[in-house]
Amino acid sequence: MIWIVKNLWLIPALPLFAAGIIAVNKQPARKLAATLAIGSMAIGFLLSLCAFSATLGHHGDGVFREVFSFPWIQFGGQWMDIGWVLDPLTAMMLVMVTFVGMLIFIFSVGYMAHDQNFMRFFCFLALFAAGMLGVIIANNLFLFFVSWEIVGLTSYLLIGFWYHKPSAAAAAKKAFITTRIGDLGLLLGMVWLYAETGTLNFYEGGHGCLEPSALATMLAHVTIGGLAVSSLIGLLIFLGAVGKSGQVPLHVWLPDAMEGPTPVSALIHAATMVAAGVFLVARVYPLMSVGGIIGAHGVPVTTSLTVITWVGAITAIFAASIAVAQNDIKRILAYSTVSQLGYMMMGLGVGGVAVGMFHLITHAFFKALLFLGSGSVIHGCHEEQDVRKMGGLKKYMPVTFAVYAVGMLALAGFPLFFSGFWSKDEILHSAHNWPVSPIPFLLGCTGALFTAFYMTRQVALVFFGSYRGHEEKSAHGHSAPAHSHSSESSHDPHESPAVMTVPLIILAGFAILLGFVGTPAWPWFDGYLTGEEFKFDFSKLTEPGTLGLMVASAAIVFTGLGLGWFLYGKRQRKTVAEKDVLAAAQPFIYQLLENKYFIDEIYEATVIRFNAFAAWLCDFADQWIFGGAVLLVKYLTVGLAWLYRLTDEYFVNLGFDTGCEALREGGGGLSKLHTGRVQAYLRVIGVALVALIIFLIWGRKA
Amino acid sequence: MTPLQGCLLVSALLFAIGFAGAVTRRHAIIALVGIELMLNAANLNFIAFWRYGAHPEALTGVMFVIFSIALAAAEAAVGLALIIAIYRHYKTSNLDEVKELKG
Repeated sequence: MIWIVKNLWLIPALPLFAAGIIAVNKQPARKLAATLAIGSMAIGFLLSLCAFSATLGHHGDGVFREVFSFPWIQFGGQWMDIGWVLDPLTAMMLVMVTFVGMLIFIFSVGYMAHDQNFMRFFCFLALFAAGMLGVIIANNLFLFFVSWEIVGLTSYLLIGFWYHKPSAAAAAKKAFITTRIGDLGLLLGMVWLYAETGTLNFYEGGHGCLEPSALATMLAHVTIGGLAVSSLIGLLIFLGAVGKSGQVPLHVWLPDAMEGPTPVSALIHAATMVAAGVFLVARVYPLMSVGGIIGAHGVPVTTSLTVITWVGAITAIFAASIAVAQNDIKRILAYSTVSQLGYMMMGLGVGGVAVGMFHLITHAFFKALLFLGSGSVIHGCHEEQDVRKMGGLKKYMPVTFAVYAVGMLALAGFPLFFSGFWSKDEILHSAHNWPVSPIPFLLGCTGALFTAFYMTRQVALVFFGSYRGHEEKSAHGHSAPAHSHSSESSHDPHESPAVMTVPLIILAGFAILLGFVGTPAWPWFDGYLTGEEFKFDFSKLTEPGTLGLMVASAAIVFTGLGLGWFLYGKRQRKTVAEKDVLAAAQPFIYQLLENKYFIDEIYEATVIRFNAFAAWLCDFADQWIFGGAVLLVKYLTVGLAWLYRLTDEYFVNLGFDTGCEALREGGGGLSKLHTGRVQAYLRVIGVALVALIIFLIWGRKA
Repeated sequence: MTPLQGCLLVSALLFAIGFAGAVTRRHAIIALVGIELMLNAANLNFIAFWRYGAHPEALTGVMFVIFSIALAAAEAAVGLALIIAIYRHYKTSNLDEVKELKG
């Protein structure tokens, strides 16, 4: 066994220790906190690289997979094992999370520089990293679940980081509760899986729950609705992924999660945590795909994978269309994230692990880039998040503009040079070949069009035209004329410091380069994950199917970009209050999209209303039915006690007291006879004796 | 008057005098002397009933009286000791003033 497999636990443990040390330190140790957090991630990154290199070079001889397990806790007669696994999936995610995480940590140093609770922030960030890395290395659904919940907890803590804002506190609660619904499914799936196979270890030399023997058992066992147990467990586990990865219908928390600080949005709600759901599906992919009919292109089709595909496709188009009509810079990105997560799910469903995971990795880089870029914009515009109040930032923030443009093109899928193109193209390609239905493919294409459109809209509104942020200030400016002169220049947007821009530049580099590890001509990524042989073959690029799709998707992207530029770039909005172009043209649709299809309102009217009603019912039952019963018992007891008291006081005590009183008085009277004078007693005795004698004498006579 | 009657009469007289002394006198020692007199009256009765009784040959009366006298001696010793203790405690031997047991 390679040393790195045995010591893989160090990678999550280091940030965990860092979080602990930060938590127990005295408050103003900012430098220490940042150093510890970033340092632990840097060491974790180096270790991840070691792990990554260990998994390289196994093409053609199966998937490299080493596990390390040991018994942890005992319940009943059974031992629960925990352990970790090193395979390409883990190694790749480790490298991605530690690297992106490290860059975001560095960015946070600049972004949070003025925050009072700098240390708390880094403590939570490090704890989050620990949980996320735990999720990745886990070779056991139990350890996975524990880490998963740590991740959920830190997500809650970080969304609500500015808890003095009511909206942030509400968003944190919403995120926590919504993901909890999914986690319930995951927990049920986990318990069922344990009941079926007797183990939660993924891989264990043939005995793990993802290995052929256990899978065959589950497949053979048919349960309700004629479904195999494996399908149902797969769907339950997928429910957890739906919650965590913001798939429809549990997507509502993710856009609200943007109330947290922007680095948090980047790290948790774009790059890593929300990808955990996708990672979960990829991890249990053997379970999802077991017993599937192998289609024409070597991709299995099963019930679970079909459901995943549909959910992903619907999410992709659904969220992309909402993103078109949002005005908060971070909310646009949030809906974009939901949409891209839908693509990943769809990729997993139609194309297998490699397709979905490739998009996950590329997306992590360019979405982190976009979020950090938006953080830089927000920071530069003095905490302004409304794109209508920005504009013309190209002039003020050239570096941010350049990297943001890279991220935007990557997300939109600009052909050939950006990673998003290759990964999204692969998903669309697989969807095209999907034998079940062509609709996911069409939904994906429409989603791609929307993606290109809303990203162009956002960039055009933020970076082009002229700065509209002064408008409001000039309206309020009269109240403070004394320092309007000096503050005018400082109110201009400004470029962020190097500690924020350097991570952006690095991420931008990866947003471009990463695409080339998974092109059809050189499918290194696919080969790396599946352990299959591959070779560089340029002719594959020009195969009719591939080339046609590439051209088609490029055409879609260009249409989206062109449309966006035509509507928003060419003719810039002049004022903040001006109506959106789409709103003017199609007010009804725009309203619908701006209000996110009224999903929150529908939930408010159904689920939450029902919940409130149930709560009211419980309260009513508690207060009147159970409370009434308790009250009845109470009054009964009180009445009885009162009766007892009366009996005691007026019968028992009264008789006893009278007796005592009489006795006492009698004793008192008798005690008067005691004069204490001995001679008096003697006298009485004498008189009594005489009386006795007289009595005896006379008595005898009578 | 038979000798027995004379004896009993003397004895009764003696007892009455002793009782009167024990009851009326204030001084503790005199009261003690009265008690001794009453005791001796009882002893006289013993002797008289033995001497003029059915079995004067059995020395029962004498025996009883000797015991009684021994007892009286012991009693006198205890009584005097008590009187001394009382005198030490109350600084008086007047029985009217010793009434600690008053109820």
